[in-house]
Amino acid sequence: MLHIINKSPLSNSSLESCLRVAVSGDILLTEDAVYAATSGNAFEGKLREAMGRFKVYVLQPDLDARGLGDRLIEGVTGVDHGGFVDLTISNNNCQSWL
Amino acid sequence: MKFGIVVNEGPYQHQASDSAYLFAKAAIAKGHEVWRVFFYHDGVNNASKLTEPPQDDRHIVNRWTKLAEEHKVDLVVCVAAAMRRGIREENLAAGFRISGLGQLVEAGTKCDRLITFGD
Amino acid sequence: MSEGAVKKFMFVNRKAPYGTIYALEALEVVLITAAFDQDVSLVFMDDGVYQLKKGQQTKGVEIKNFSPTYRALEGYDIEKLYVEKESLDARGLTEDDLLVDVTVLGRAEMGALMNEQDVVLSF
Repeated sequence: MLHIINKSPLSNSSLESCLRVAVSGDILLTEDAVYAATSGNAFEGKLREAMGRFKVYVLQPDLDARGLGDRLIEGVTGVDHGGFVDLTISNNNCQSWL
Repeated sequence: MKFGIVVNEGPYQHQASDSAYLFAKAAIAKGHEVWRVFFYHDGVNNASKLTEPPQDDRHIVNRWTKLAEEHKVDLVVCVAAAMRRGIREENLAAGFRISGLGQLVEAGTKCDRLITFGD
Repeated sequence: MSEGAVKKFMFVNRKAPYGTIYALEALEVVLITAAFDQDVSLVFMDDGVYQLKKGQQTKGVEIKNFSPTYRALEGYDIEKLYVEKESLDARGLTEDDLLVDVTVLGRAEMGALMNEQDVVLSF
């Protein structure tokens, strides 16, 4: 399953809930969730822990828009919107954690 | 692949409809079909032809209309959600149609993937 | 009304009622989906568990109390209601606080159930 998150983990529990419940699949951080994938943010430790269980992607245009394109945590893969489309196909199903 | 897209937030207020549009465009560019976009909750406001953003901003409503015209994307606005929020046939932008929630279920049953964009 | 294959639809409710309209409009989709003879599951987790709290009194806020609808779901053959245990615990709630019979699942069971679905709509 592709888990799509669009909220900053510093102000909303969507990502935390996803990591608590999800058992497998890929995680794509979009919109305000991209902050989770930046070095030095308070959620970094939890994200790194999650990277052991999930492959984590970030929507690069959303990261760039927020001025953090150069702060991506190593091991998180940046994708464009085409890459987003590909992830919805390579996973059997998807869930937007709104 | 056949894609269905759900948009749950209004334009300009939330990035959801921008993200949905860029996803749809990318899917089409890769040769996939975007069969239907279903607008629910405040997403119905994407269909208002009274929308007039500042000149230097993107025109979210017209962008959807163009997508429908050029790629035969079915833009469906939920009737119950639309009635609640004052979206009617008389202020509906070109390319959109108003119909029931069954159209959302149908998108779920007929499409290979249904992707939701919301808050 | 059904046409073609039956798919597994899961509705994930993670938001509290009244503060926003999502819970109410989610319920409307659920009812329609069942009318299309699809395999429907409802999940309540995070603040979504508050949707099922007994004793909602909405007179003072002048918003329609839609919680009785959850009890009517059975009449539409919607019987798969799942609540995540960790979400209940975190809110000081137990099954006795809920206005309808549910299946309580631990987080990993919930995650596994999500993986089995064809369509997941989150509200």
